[in-house]
Amino acid sequence: MGTSRPEPALVALYQDLILDHYRRPRNQGALEHPTHSVALTNPLCGDEIDLDLEVQDDVIQDVRFRGRGCSISQAAASMMTQVVKARPRSDALALAERMTAMMHGDAGAAADRALGDLRALAGVAKFPVRVKCALLPWNALKDALKS
Amino acid sequence: MLDAARLRADFPLLAAAGGARRVIYIDNAATTQKPARVLAALDDYYRTSNANVHRGAYALAVRATEAYEGARERLSRFVHAWAPDGVVFTRGTTEAINLVASAWGRANVRAGDTIVVTAMDHHSNLVPWQILCQERGATIRMVEVTRDGRLDEEDFRRALERRPRLVALPYVSNVLGTINPVAELTRLAHAAGALVLVDGAQSTPHLRVDLVALDCDFYALSGHKMLGPMGSGALIAKPAVLDAMPPYHGGGEMIKRVWDDHASYAALPHKFEAGTPNVEGAVGLAAAIDYLEEIGLEKIAEHEAALAAAAVAELGRIEGITVFGPQDHRAGVVSFVYGDIHPHDLATILDQDGVCIRAGHHCAQPLMRRLGVPATARASFYLYNDLSDVSALAAGLVKAGGLFGHVPA
Repeated sequence: MGTSRPEPALVALYQDLILDHYRRPRNQGALEHPTHSVALTNPLCGDEIDLDLEVQDDVIQDVRFRGRGCSISQAAASMMTQVVKARPRSDALALAERMTAMMHGDAGAAADRALGDLRALAGVAKFPVRVKCALLPWNALKDALKS
Repeated sequence: MLDAARLRADFPLLAAAGGARRVIYIDNAATTQKPARVLAALDDYYRTSNANVHRGAYALAVRATEAYEGARERLSRFVHAWAPDGVVFTRGTTEAINLVASAWGRANVRAGDTIVVTAMDHHSNLVPWQILCQERGATIRMVEVTRDGRLDEEDFRRALERRPRLVALPYVSNVLGTINPVAELTRLAHAAGALVLVDGAQSTPHLRVDLVALDCDFYALSGHKMLGPMGSGALIAKPAVLDAMPPYHGGGEMIKRVWDDHASYAALPHKFEAGTPNVEGAVGLAAAIDYLEEIGLEKIAEHEAALAAAAVAELGRIEGITVFGPQDHRAGVVSFVYGDIHPHDLATILDQDGVCIRAGHHCAQPLMRRLGVPATARASFYLYNDLSDVSALAAGLVKAGGLFGHVPA
């Protein structure tokens, strides 16, 4: 008690890459002509995301988000937009499954290079109450692609 | 100050030792831990006195009824209510307010009427009035808060110019810790012809409540926020006001005689207690009141005020932390934000040291909008907390600052 040295799990959770995405989110904003738009809220903690997609020929041509919430939800949204851009819809949905598996502690998923910067979020699996934060943007993506 | 370390020994969850990490529980505005005596009262009720109440043709049922009605009298004395008949047991504050909005509201609120609420009300003292007003074509008028977290008394007076049917307000804000001058505000509201409902969820556990002196018409409270069981609570009202209201829920226990197409209703308070009540909850609540009274509400209020003042001072020393709420007239609730670190991240980091705080909108979204934040972190103290808990909070926040690059860890 009283020590201010952070535990390794915390250092892994709040690594620089995550804080960088939190503070300088990529692909932030709105699309002018989205083909799919979804607003999703986590009513328990109030995290919010508005996701715009432009899908043509079954490929995500462009993606933007506006969000409000904790570092994990906002960094996850920023990282997600990077990896799904220019990908076919089916690839994006497969990545959503990989991400979900990683959040449930799947080491194979955490080693999958296709997840890009998102692998930095593997440490969230050690904090069960925060898993929903990391998956919020992905749930928005799944909702959008189904709509 | 109270000897909190000695008091913690009375609380099995807090006293847990033998490898278990110590829990530093400072989320008491959400719910409180239970002393062994309350747990024993629940256990004892089921072991020795369990039967259905108010219908007993046998001694055991008489014992159960005496335990239940004894708890009603205990609560009535504790808050200096008008009469035990004005004490209606409910599941908690939320159900108590919904009872008034539904039973009193449907009989008394018409199109064009106004209900006054405040910007520091919990959703449970706002949404029931919204539902009522939408249904009746009435209007909500929300009284503003000042920059330092008090009720804006000028705006309160302006709101009363609309001659509202009812004024709903919290005694103590669950976000800001503000203790509102309820007796004075009630006097003003009565002069404008309004009834007054006071949300006592955050006041009853922490300060001496005297309902006859406050003179409000309705008062709602939750047992679980004052060391009692979850699902216990009460609506306490002036008996004449309650008696004039139509019933809330229909069913057994609340009737006098029932015919094919109508019924006459039981006398107070049973008219508002349809169905088998939460006897265990009432018995546990009475045991919690006994415990609180032995320590003394005045001493508890003083203890919490000292902890809140220490927390405000310690947090004030950490650059980047903003504390909300007034400087004085403050209960043991301290809401704050820390730079760009989201309150949920603060809660996760503090949890690593066993420090339990609340992060979020605290069921007060209109207030969050006025504070200009989506969420706050909130520490809320009780009799079993002490200055070492305040230090643990501050140390955890310094750690969070380090992780987010605000201060050296």
